[in-house]
Amino acid sequence: MTEKAPAPLIQFAGVTKRFGALTVLDDFNFEVAPGEKVTLIGPSGSGKSTVLRILMTLEPFQEGRLTLAGMDYQEPGGTGPFKASERHLREIRSHVGMVFQSFNLFPHMSVMRNVAEAPVRVLGLSRDEAQARAVDLLAMVGLADKKDHFPSQLSGGQQQRVAIARALAMRPRVLLFDEPTSALDPQLVGEVLAVIGDLAHEHDLTMLLVTHEMRFAREVSDRVCFFDKGRICEQGSPEAIFTAPSHPRTCEFLASVLR
Amino acid sequence: MMYGFTWDTATPLTYAWSILPIILIGLTVTLKAAAAGFAIALVLGLVFAMLRRSRWRSVSWTTACVVEFLRDTPLLVQLFFLYYVLPEYGLTLPAFLTGALALGLQYSAYTSEVYRGGIEAVPRGQWEAATALNMTRMQTYRDIVVPQIVPRILPAMGNYMVAMIKETPVLSVITVLDMMALANMIGERTFEYLVPLTMVGLIFLILTLICSAGLHRLQKVLPKAGIPLR
Repeated sequence: MTEKAPAPLIQFAGVTKRFGALTVLDDFNFEVAPGEKVTLIGPSGSGKSTVLRILMTLEPFQEGRLTLAGMDYQEPGGTGPFKASERHLREIRSHVGMVFQSFNLFPHMSVMRNVAEAPVRVLGLSRDEAQARAVDLLAMVGLADKKDHFPSQLSGGQQQRVAIARALAMRPRVLLFDEPTSALDPQLVGEVLAVIGDLAHEHDLTMLLVTHEMRFAREVSDRVCFFDKGRICEQGSPEAIFTAPSHPRTCEFLASVLR
Repeated sequence: MMYGFTWDTATPLTYAWSILPIILIGLTVTLKAAAAGFAIALVLGLVFAMLRRSRWRSVSWTTACVVEFLRDTPLLVQLFFLYYVLPEYGLTLPAFLTGALALGLQYSAYTSEVYRGGIEAVPRGQWEAATALNMTRMQTYRDIVVPQIVPRILPAMGNYMVAMIKETPVLSVITVLDMMALANMIGERTFEYLVPLTMVGLIFLILTLICSAGLHRLQKVLPKAGIPLR
């Protein structure tokens, strides 16, 4: 490799994603460097969440190429909607974690179990190791005292912080946030953003964040991408996008949300 | 005389008392058959429900056909088939096992539908969270899905359990000596059917009442969110 910039960790090359007749991503090109914190903004239905869902292998795509750390999502000769074996998909998933809009905590498990279960089952940690890891992470998100509670006993903000700890317990290289504060009452948004903001200082963690919290996006991201109709129509540093947007659609969108 | 107990037909009461031990021997067979049959139905029903949701069309389609066949043919036919036809192909099972298997097979078709409804009611976000945590499908079923559907499927499963208990007398047609078969034999020998058959009816009533009460209690103590895992 002769170029100075590090090889991208994530690379979408001409990816097209359709739901029936609806094209959600249209010849989509996008690269993310290792450790980069990227925020995706744009009107709803513009394909931002789909980018995350494809990266998490929750949705297949039809055309183009997607790689993560040099690994192709689709295998040559792969079958099924993902054109890849389950084994291959699991290999990819081992590098990626996701935080959902609706938290998706397991309602029958204690907070501790929510965080420690997958490390035991999937990573093969001992119960003790996994619980020690969970205790550390719960302390990090400020919920050490809630480890024996069940999700229904927590506020939305607390649930989302548990969900972040749960995702981190798998030690992903890439962490995806799909509108993590959209389902929260306004007064609970701050506590979740504070946790995500802390994570943004983690040098090695690559973060992709879909959000409508523009002020927050400006504070934590290295780069902001504005989505429109299945493509990135403008991207750049938060300063550039928020103070001097060049594309008329970006101006229009920012005017409507920053009102 | 049967199993070493002699009956005393002097009055209905002495008659009932004297044949009670024989009926109770039959009761243990009835209970064992119902327990074995229901265990088979619980396990196999879940397997069917999971196979039906398989990504491979051929698997889900074949499973759907098998389930439909089991559901739409009479238990008695299945019973005779397993008991008389399979031995011709070299598979001879004792009558009790054949009976339990037939009950289990037929009811697994019913329970698989109950499981299917329960599984479909689990929000998509739960599956997606499990995928994001890189769990396999088996792990997802075992740790996430099944514990959550238990409270939801409990009432329907309970109904099938009671129904199955009540259907065990049909096993007497393939020579299983259950409560009903023994009561019938006592009747044949004494020409007094009323007392033994009434006893069998009452014992079934008590049995199903106990089951219903137990299920009711279980439903009350089990949290709505599922089997709690700490």
